[in-house]
Amino acid sequence: MFARLRYLIELSHSHRIARRYFVTNGFDGVLAMLGLLMGFRVSSSVSIDVMLGACLGTAVALFMSGLSSAYISESAEKQHELQELEKSMVTSLDESAHADAARLMPWLIAMVNGLSPLLLAMLILTPLFMFQQQFWPEFLAMISPLDLAIIFALLLAFMLGVFLGRLSGRFWLWTGVRALMIAVITAAIILFLNQFMAQP
Amino acid sequence: MAIVTRIVLDVLKPHQPNALEFASQLADLDASCQVNLLVQEVDDKTQSIILSITGERLDFEAITQHIGSMGGSVHSIDEVDVQGEAITASAE
Repeated sequence: MFARLRYLIELSHSHRIARRYFVTNGFDGVLAMLGLLMGFRVSSSVSIDVMLGACLGTAVALFMSGLSSAYISESAEKQHELQELEKSMVTSLDESAHADAARLMPWLIAMVNGLSPLLLAMLILTPLFMFQQQFWPEFLAMISPLDLAIIFALLLAFMLGVFLGRLSGRFWLWTGVRALMIAVITAAIILFLNQFMAQP
Repeated sequence: MAIVTRIVLDVLKPHQPNALEFASQLADLDASCQVNLLVQEVDDKTQSIILSITGERLDFEAITQHIGSMGGSVHSIDEVDVQGEAITASAE
């Protein structure tokens, strides 16, 4: 079964599309979580439960949005590609691996697109979960769970940049720092807006 | 029934799977199977190929089915080598 799936992925070059979706929507997820956490950081007295509820709600919405949007666009794209190929072949490809790939690959790509922001959001929210479950190690006593979650978000943005750098063959540190700078600028804009709105 | 030992087919196939993968998958049908693939023409989305398959006992149905599953279609049978099989039916 896995060999068949692997064959279909290679046949349709879906690994490239899935990889692109993973980074694009993963980065969306990281920035969305960073935005929410920065919002909580500048707001006064927001409980961990409220933070987790809002962040989890956003993560699930990103999952559903990623899943449905990628499925709708990819299934239409793959069906179009199959029809074009059938025109060139002057025959039906219903019984071929190409038809199987056109049916299955949109689901796989949609799962990657949906799961990437959800899983990255879960990683970012780990400190908040730990604190809520009263599992907060002593060596982390000097840092708040919210600050640690923000650090996780910045770190994941950097890691996604490094991943892109390794794929493109460019210097990994440069692409990592570039992604990190985007996240830092996002955080700075949120801070600035909050200062601006807080003024009487 | 005659045994097919060699068959040459004119096949139209999509670019993917590529020639190496296409020939390898056909060769995997049988341990004695040897496949020679010659790309004759390359178009925007398709390739015309000449497949020469040799083996101890080729199953034409299985070969065409496998070609179909990889998106190819057999246009013509260009050459065949067949070997007669003695009928050894025993009459009681």
